[in-house]
Amino acid sequence: MTVKEIAEKLNLKVLSGASGLNNEINYGYASDLLSDVMGNAKSGEVWVTLQTHKNVMAIASLKDLAAVILVKDLQPEADMAAQSEDEGIPVLGTSDDAFTLIGKLYELLKK
Amino acid sequence: MHFEFQVEGGNFSKAGTASSQLKKILKQLNVDSRDVKRVVVALYEAEVNVVAHAYNGTIIIDIDTEKITIRIEDEGPGIQDIDQAMQQGFSTASEMVREMGFGAGMGLPNIKNNTDHLTITSEVGVGTQVNMIINFNS
Repeated sequence: MTVKEIAEKLNLKVLSGASGLNNEINYGYASDLLSDVMGNAKSGEVWVTLQTHKNVMAIASLKDLAAVILVKDLQPEADMAAQSEDEGIPVLGTSDDAFTLIGKLYELLKK
Repeated sequence: MHFEFQVEGGNFSKAGTASSQLKKILKQLNVDSRDVKRVVVALYEAEVNVVAHAYNGTIIIDIDTEKITIRIEDEGPGIQDIDQAMQQGFSTASEMVREMGFGAGMGLPNIKNNTDHLTITSEVGVGTQVNMIINFNS
């Protein structure tokens, strides 16, 4: 499923990095600890977090993640949004909290 | 092939820059993607450690057909007890660093899990030296 399809199904806002909307999402990972994501997320996954700083995009890029979803209407900081644009890794936003969003996402992506 | 990168202590906006550049280099060299992934995790964590704890650091990289050798030398507070620092969950990171989602005590375990050889030496009040080797296609 593409980032665009997930965004449409879950009513997510595209906050930055729209050039990556056709990235393929194969599964998801949820964590606010950056080393947890660095050590355990896999390429092609969508990352759900409340962290909004630039290091999120550094990790998303290094791990070849498909997209990042920010929960609770959080907005990416300016340099995070800029790197998302540069890398073509979309940052999506939802008003849902992490538990609610991850539940919906799991239903779409479960294997 | 030999490369060196500088790391600036405290500057989180540049953390991961060396890892990103090395990832591009390894891809150009057609290194197996599984090996690239291991190198990237290990170097990123080492870079973040310098940014989070030290004043400045140098990354020295040598690549041959069989392996990559990475040495990170920093000027900083050093590590008092390296065995303790290696334990999952142990961290001396500041509150600000923890709020960013770093400092969970997972960095050094991530390095250990992704390298074939790891040695750390440190002198308190002077600095830390991390040596790692990742064998290709192991």
